[in-house]
Amino acid sequence: MRDQRLWTWHVGAGVIILVLLGLHMTIMHLAGLIPLASAVPKGGAPIDWANVAERAKSAFFLITYVLLLGAALFHGFYGLRNILFELNPGAGIRKAVNGLLVVAGILLFAVGTWAAWAGFTVARGA
Amino acid sequence: MIENKGRPNRLGLKGWVVGGRWGFERYMYVLHRLTGLGLLAYFLLHIFVTSSRAFGEAAWTQAMSSVKGPVFTIGEYLVFAAFAFHALNGIRLGLVELGFGIGGPIEPVYPYRTSVDEQRPLAIGVMILAAILAIVGGFGFLNK
Repeated sequence: MRDQRLWTWHVGAGVIILVLLGLHMTIMHLAGLIPLASAVPKGGAPIDWANVAERAKSAFFLITYVLLLGAALFHGFYGLRNILFELNPGAGIRKAVNGLLVVAGILLFAVGTWAAWAGFTVARGA
Repeated sequence: MIENKGRPNRLGLKGWVVGGRWGFERYMYVLHRLTGLGLLAYFLLHIFVTSSRAFGEAAWTQAMSSVKGPVFTIGEYLVFAAFAFHALNGIRLGLVELGFGIGGPIEPVYPYRTSVDEQRPLAIGVMILAAILAIVGGFGFLNK
């Protein structure tokens, strides 16, 4: 039951990533083909500081970055766990892998969320 | 991951990459995993590199200049191509899991047909769409 629930979350996270990473990739790499207003509000390249700061000060981007971060970490780490567990490791190794992925996931989520929030406040203060 | 219920994976590491009689779709599955691992590795680095924006413009500019050059551009393009395949194949896997594109149930009459034959057009369509997206997206990298 637990694995079925985790698998459902994995698929659900995939749908979230599809939408939000699709938007991110469109802004970063398909701006010439699909010109979104939010891609380069200050002109130049999407990664120029002026454009990065403009997106960073937006509450929409703050929320979607954090949502994408959480969904991508869960989707990626659960996928990695499945690949590793296909080798049928023993119970001790399974427990260690589970623990390592959960701790790494929480730490990376904390770092990414802090960066998104700090970027939001830095950009708003500029 | 569903438990294997007493049917252990006897192939070991070989089971990760060998498609056996499942053929084309099984190799797409291998590529799905490979691109997934590549995207995950990039994503973990991406979290730290883009976190530099929290320290302001100077830190951001320095971080971006440290990941410039042809090697990084090619690497970034490979990430984009991996995304194109992984996303479109993910949609295909979702459709197949929900029973779309695999044909309805049929009588087991000789010559036997399998759902693997039925889902082949969807798989080929995904590969073509992924290739188109990878090529179209590639134009953006030429100016870097």
